[in-house]
Amino acid sequence: MTLLKRWFVRTRIDEMPPGARIAAYALLGLWSLVVLFPLYWMAITSFKLPVDVSAGPAYLPFVDFRPSLDAWRYIFVDLGPDTFRPYLNSLIVATCGTAAAVFFGSMAAYALARIEYRPPVAAVGLGVLMLAALVAAAGWGGVDPRIAAAACVALFFLLLRPVVRRSRRHLGNDDILFWIVSQRILPPVVTVIPIYLTFRSVGLLDTHLALVITYATANVPVVVWLMFDFFDGVPKEIEESAQIDGATRFAILFGIVFPLVAPGLVATSLLVLILSWNEYLFALFLTTANAQTLPLLVAAQNATRGPQWWNMSVLILIMILPVMLLTLTLQRFIVKGILVGAVKG
Amino acid sequence: MQSSSHASSAGRSRRASRRSPLADWLDRQAPYVFVLPTVLVILGFSIFPLVASAYLSLTRFAISEGGYELTFVGLRNYVRLFTGSQQFHFTGVFRPPGLISLAVMAAAALVTVWWLARYLRGARRSAMGALGRAIAAAAFLALVWLGASTTGNGGALGSLMVTLFYVVVGVALQFALGLGLAYLCTLPLGGGRFFRLLFFLPLMVTPVGIAYMFRMMADTSVGPLAPLWSLVGLGQIQWAADPWLARTVVVIGDTWQWVPFMFLVLLAALEGVSRDQVEAAQLDGASNWRIFRDVTWPSIAPVAASAVLIRLIEAFKIVDLPNVLTNGGPGIATESMTLHAFIEWRTLNLGGASAVAYMLFFVSTIACVSFFQLVVRRARGHA
Repeated sequence: MTLLKRWFVRTRIDEMPPGARIAAYALLGLWSLVVLFPLYWMAITSFKLPVDVSAGPAYLPFVDFRPSLDAWRYIFVDLGPDTFRPYLNSLIVATCGTAAAVFFGSMAAYALARIEYRPPVAAVGLGVLMLAALVAAAGWGGVDPRIAAAACVALFFLLLRPVVRRSRRHLGNDDILFWIVSQRILPPVVTVIPIYLTFRSVGLLDTHLALVITYATANVPVVVWLMFDFFDGVPKEIEESAQIDGATRFAILFGIVFPLVAPGLVATSLLVLILSWNEYLFALFLTTANAQTLPLLVAAQNATRGPQWWNMSVLILIMILPVMLLTLTLQRFIVKGILVGAVKG
Repeated sequence: MQSSSHASSAGRSRRASRRSPLADWLDRQAPYVFVLPTVLVILGFSIFPLVASAYLSLTRFAISEGGYELTFVGLRNYVRLFTGSQQFHFTGVFRPPGLISLAVMAAAALVTVWWLARYLRGARRSAMGALGRAIAAAAFLALVWLGASTTGNGGALGSLMVTLFYVVVGVALQFALGLGLAYLCTLPLGGGRFFRLLFFLPLMVTPVGIAYMFRMMADTSVGPLAPLWSLVGLGQIQWAADPWLARTVVVIGDTWQWVPFMFLVLLAALEGVSRDQVEAAQLDGASNWRIFRDVTWPSIAPVAASAVLIRLIEAFKIVDLPNVLTNGGPGIATESMTLHAFIEWRTLNLGGASAVAYMLFFVSTIACVSFFQLVVRRARGHA
């Protein structure tokens, strides 16, 4: 009994009894195994020959099986361009989409943190009304969509002034912020079908531009959400003195404020970059061959000749290795990005 | 939109006169320039598709010369999902109610009625609150009824219930494991930084990669656990052919990826708990469990609720794991609603696909808004 006590009951506050310490380490070690083992298994599978895989599990390279570079050669040399093109596509689409989302999103976040907006309720209502009219006219009325759209836009601007002059109620910055961030609740599958039809009718299907636009749209809410807090934390006095010195708002934002929130920008960009790099659904709907991205290439491995674990492992490894390296070097920033979003809520 | 600047306008106009008129004009338009790209992009590629999708879900799509044709069919696409040819796919295959399912339904109904009655007799009731709770209660009861009458012998889950299974079981598992690991990492042990970095890794792996990884891991003949399976006599089991085993593997893959998110957020919250209060409770001789319940939990509850909300929002969108891990099979047993919509889309049934997508939109919005109103706001202390 005394032994049990010595092992499991706390004697000093900042020190754990040895029994509890061992139990805690065992649990942590168990989860480390759960995290690492699938990754390890994939890494060694990429060095196996087909015969090593089909002969049953082999756990240790050099002991259970002879590592071979066959799968790596197949992916890099034999497939060659078929691997590199999706890789390049993913790189282009993810970086451009991220750049656009971060650029526009952080401008909007800055404006919402600093400038007071008071859009009249009536103007928003008018916009919704016109959108409904557009869908009704083009859908039920059988009017040509282009004519209907032009008419609705014209009508909107024509009616805007008289309507706004009469309205007294206004929305605030919080409403705009909520509206932008709430776009994230929208499941992408709801919007992707009309986006598909739109790109189809303007001939943009299977192009980088289509994916860049959709990725930027999908991620702008994330950027606004995270960056708003970073901008909100910058003291206003610096900007005010710059403003009195005659600097334009653009000069203030890009010359003074952006450098101040650089850590936040890095965190947000990394998070959005990873989201775009791994994105699957939009690429599935909007690309077929030319603009096919890496996740689709990996997913398509299944269809060809049954599961070829060795080749798949190589593909997955070259897909996740850059992200892992980025994560390990810049983990401080990524963690920050995740925390800002969640802790604030 | 009108705007007002923070600086004194007199100072601005005096200095501004030195700039070129164009720069001056641009500066005055800055409030619009900053916000308009974002607003336009969202209007064009989020709001417009949302409305267009609603219309699409009421039509039949057909390819025609030089484009496509939409024929208005009213609610037929939705009716098809609930009572028509797609019923097995969306709502599932019904079976005659057994004793257990009747008991579950009765219990759920009782709890819901009690919960609504308590709210209506309380002091803080309002018309909007009652309406929101009525919607949440109706959705909850409908889903319990659906779940109770499609699980078990003779029934089969449709994509709606499968999605909910992924969301509820997955998020609950991720929360429990993430909280447990975060708690372990706050203990005074060495190596905390190492574990933190390690546990973070799965978040970075692409979901498609996770799908293949877990297909390899779960392979009962050549996977790493094969000796274990044959040892316990399960060597010949085909998990991919069993609906519930296949769904479980999908949930395990999803959990592997998302535990790190919960872990990170909850760890940050746990580290924010006041040391003084914990130490005071320890000196008073309170047990670890009491300390967790009375000191730690109340202070991390707001963050925990937000983290679950974020995961809920994302969990409803699940598609890559079931598509690659099991191809939605056996049959349609692991199909999520997004995957269901994709399959409809692939057969060029765009109306049906939009209807499925819209149902997902309704279900996830009702779930997330209810969770926000009923749990997150209360956890933050302004219920």
